[in-house]
Amino acid sequence: MTAARRLVWYWLLPVAVLAWELATRSAQAAYFPPPSRIVTRLHEMWFSGPPSRVFLTDEAVADLLPSLARLFAGWAMACAAGVLAGVALGRSRRLSALVEPLVHFGRSVPPSTLVPVFLVLFKIGTPMELASIVYGVIWPVLINSMDGARHVDRQYIETGVVYRLGPWQRLTRVILPAASPKIFAGLRLSVSLALIMMVISELVGSSEGIGHRMLEAQSQFDIPAMWAGIVLLGLLGIALNAAFLGVERLVLSWHRGARTGV
Amino acid sequence: MIDRRIARAALGAAGVAGFLAVAEVAGRLGIVPDVLPYASRVLVTAAELPLETRFRADVLATLEACVSGLAIAIAVAVPAGLLLGTVSFLERSVRPLVEFLRPIPSVALIPLAMFLFPVSHDAKVALIVYTCSWPLLINTLYGLSDVDPLAKDTLRSFGFGPLAVALRVSLPSAAPFIATGVRIAVSVTLIVAVSVELLAPGGGGIGAFQSLAGSANRTDRMLAAPLWAGVIGLAANLLFATAERRLFRWHGARTGEPA
Repeated sequence: MTAARRLVWYWLLPVAVLAWELATRSAQAAYFPPPSRIVTRLHEMWFSGPPSRVFLTDEAVADLLPSLARLFAGWAMACAAGVLAGVALGRSRRLSALVEPLVHFGRSVPPSTLVPVFLVLFKIGTPMELASIVYGVIWPVLINSMDGARHVDRQYIETGVVYRLGPWQRLTRVILPAASPKIFAGLRLSVSLALIMMVISELVGSSEGIGHRMLEAQSQFDIPAMWAGIVLLGLLGIALNAAFLGVERLVLSWHRGARTGV
Repeated sequence: MIDRRIARAALGAAGVAGFLAVAEVAGRLGIVPDVLPYASRVLVTAAELPLETRFRADVLATLEACVSGLAIAIAVAVPAGLLLGTVSFLERSVRPLVEFLRPIPSVALIPLAMFLFPVSHDAKVALIVYTCSWPLLINTLYGLSDVDPLAKDTLRSFGFGPLAVALRVSLPSAAPFIATGVRIAVSVTLIVAVSVELLAPGGGGIGAFQSLAGSANRTDRMLAAPLWAGVIGLAANLLFATAERRLFRWHGARTGEPA
């Protein structure tokens, strides 16, 4: 009932797609192909392969898989490093005073300005793209983890002392759980940033991947293929966000329970 | 208290100096590949850059695009948010559409924007408008959902129409949230502007400066540009954070980043 009622509010989506289809068909706009053509192109380009390969075409294997692999690898590396460094900085006053100006400066450098530098350093290829993603993603994770680890309720720490927790247990049982809502806030921001950095690095310097395929489509005037890339990246963004929210709800379910219980 | 602050500042300065020293030594010992210049070289180049008219023009080109893009986005997204926030039917209908459009990474639209706007400057501004509109819209809506219903009812019972209620109660009480949206948007404008400039260097800008430095094999200039971009980003963040604190001191419970 409630699900059906919520679904009713999606009425504008099909209407918008239909309006777009009709408008673009009648206008014959060169750069705005009708959605039906975009979807057809998307399907034939990437998803019309044999069933044995989950319908992926050769192009899909060549474009999508490296992009996704870099996206996840870069994101995971940045998150691991960011959480680790952030918690360490958050728990040590002196260490955080030492590097805080550097962190704030590093965060302020627009990551896209470093893409050409990474291009010189690593040449075209995966290491350069990984470096771009890691640099773009690490700051919100680091800063939020630092913030979360710094402001752990003193009572929690003292309870840990009373129970004679060792340093390792104090970290995993008290500090990390207490900081996790903040850490997750940083991770959530980082998901969309990782996608942005993946696309930029592939547009600027890559010989494969979704971004490179879009640039190729642009130079060949294959407008539907370019739009197919946009649609695919949008779907990817929605899917990643949804997946992340699901994981967050799962991991932080105790947190919400604890808060409402108070 | 003041002693502590001085100690913190001294430690921070030591951290920066230490970082530069390590980078310099690593460069001289050959730990960092030869393609990158020494840290001292980058610093000297960066110090000299503001004297160059070309560099100043490039920085201004980027900033101008960011400011006009942000201004257009505010002029579009805030009234749109106000309209959606006051007419609940519209909001509930448009919300799914927004949730579908928002996750599209704005940089994915660069190839399209380069088609639509042959002049690189316009493509840059258009993409900045697109990017900034979402956090502004979402934060405006979020702020409007937080308006005290009693204040609205009070005005209504005095006979004010819906427009007056929106402008006199809803907009002011949503303003702090809108300001947060602006601050989030500002940090993305530079990323998007530089990305467009790297791919379409025709219109000038920091990214175009870097492309040129790259093709001239001047990595020191290439690295000095991010340094200045960082300074600009830091200054912008400081400016907006201070303005926010000054303007909305009355707004007690400031939230972090609801978007």
